[in-house]
Amino acid sequence: MSQKIHIRTASASNRIKPLPTTQKCYKIFTPGEVVINASNTNFVRGHGTYEEDGDLKASVAGVKEQVNKLISIRPLKSRYNGQVGEVLVGRIIEVQQKRWKVDTNARLDSILQLSSVNLPGGELRRRSVEDQHMMRQYLQEGDLISAEVQSVFSDGSLSLHTRSLRYGKLGQGILIKVFPSLVKKSKIHFHNLPFGVSLILGNNGYIWISPPIDNKDENVGGFIQNLDEVIPKDIREAMARTRNCILALAENKMMLFDTSIVFAYEESLKYSVAELLLPEAMIDVALLTQHRIHMLEDYEFQ
Amino acid sequence: MSLCDAEKTFILHGVKENFRVDGRDREGYRPIELETNIVQHAFGSARLRLANTDVLVAVKLEIDVPFPERPFEGKLEFFVDCSANATPDFEGRGGETLAAELANILTSAYRSPQTFNLKKLCILKGRKCWKICVDILILECGGNLFDAVSLAVKAALHNSQIPLIKSINIDGDNIELNVSDSVFDCEKLDVANAPVMVTVCKIGDQCIVDPSLAEEQCSVGSVVVAISQEYFSTVTSIGKGSLHPRTMCNSLELGQKVGIRLNKAFMETLHNIQPDEDVGFLK
Repeated sequence: MSQKIHIRTASASNRIKPLPTTQKCYKIFTPGEVVINASNTNFVRGHGTYEEDGDLKASVAGVKEQVNKLISIRPLKSRYNGQVGEVLVGRIIEVQQKRWKVDTNARLDSILQLSSVNLPGGELRRRSVEDQHMMRQYLQEGDLISAEVQSVFSDGSLSLHTRSLRYGKLGQGILIKVFPSLVKKSKIHFHNLPFGVSLILGNNGYIWISPPIDNKDENVGGFIQNLDEVIPKDIREAMARTRNCILALAENKMMLFDTSIVFAYEESLKYSVAELLLPEAMIDVALLTQHRIHMLEDYEFQ
Repeated sequence: MSLCDAEKTFILHGVKENFRVDGRDREGYRPIELETNIVQHAFGSARLRLANTDVLVAVKLEIDVPFPERPFEGKLEFFVDCSANATPDFEGRGGETLAAELANILTSAYRSPQTFNLKKLCILKGRKCWKICVDILILECGGNLFDAVSLAVKAALHNSQIPLIKSINIDGDNIELNVSDSVFDCEKLDVANAPVMVTVCKIGDQCIVDPSLAEEQCSVGSVVVAISQEYFSTVTSIGKGSLHPRTMCNSLELGQKVGIRLNKAFMETLHNIQPDEDVGFLK
């Protein structure tokens, strides 16, 4: 079996155009653009803006957000700005004295304290020196974890915790990275999709695709990785398809949430998984998904 | 970026089952995007994007003196610049070893007269020749750099035009070259035999082509095979691992098979490129 090698020219005629917008268009401010004129003094300066000659100008490219008098510009592309309670996926990059350093796509590395993890076996006790020595056996460099933001330090770096059975070390699966602003905030970020894939949509733009997790298994603390388990072909295929669908949606700047991903998956079934890497297929899937989401919204409105 | 054991296991099992993380089989290649003639002040240029790997190549021409031992031949030089924008690892002097490795492999792949005819670059025996400087800028690193660079170089050379020299005046040691007044009086380079490189990566017991960044981390060793039409021009192993002779043979076979296919598809695309005014990936 040999696949065709696709080489396309990127000339203007066959360049991929952005999706037509169906929803209300927001004005996008570019850096240096005047947001509020000098004549109007009734505002408070927020993030992403600066004052020059009395004018309020945007310092980033993004959309305006206003809360009473506070005016801020939310950038479309940025690193992750964490907020308390958000679910995220991160990678351990360093093991320190009493804490792990975690890459979470934020401006500064996040911190996971030894005291804010559940020890294996679910023991609740003070962390001793032995635990400190054991830290690398729980989580080592390169390991992926799911966690929740516990607090935000004054410099903007995040403190994480995994004190729930849902959180902890991740096993076999695929990590993909998208812009944090594309992940829609919702109450649930752990999804078991109907086609046998479970998904963690991290608010930080890291998305974890894994084989379905059966909750019957006594999963305590979440430090166990089963490296011998071979994932069956059909689940592997579903996972790869989900991956390519999410990348197709992200490429076309569509919001990522469970419904959009399920729709994209269903619309993509006419393509083989490898075909979904082609830009034409990606845009087709995104368009069809956009259409279905639009129809769903209309239906709910009625 | 370092992967955890579980992720590596997942990739490993995928390769074993001939179904990789993104749905390709072991011989599958990711879609490639190509643009030529995008640098205005170069004699020829190309930009190639292979998934997340982005390479920009510009060709410049100079008049030089041939090497004394090869008076009938022109010169071909490669220079690779690893921009720190590509990955933070390239910051400072970080990319230098990789750049030297890439330039060396390219030089050795283009050395044979069967791959690229340097004799056409000779202007006056032993006195004057064209020197082709190929500048390669790596804009983004997303795995499989060698293949992307070799294809981009080939496209840039295909796009290059050498000005025609109308007459040569020799006055003792002074040599005066008269170049045609019309900018369109140019000659194209023949790149039909220019080599394409295929990186064959050994993961587990199998070999794959076109590894992604994550797959490169799981590999125990890889071989770069430069294929000119259907012949090998250069074979180098990169990375730390060593290969069993049998694996070596298998990977050479695989590299040749894929290389021929890649070359064919690539030449087709090169010939189909229309001169388009509105080009440039920044637009």
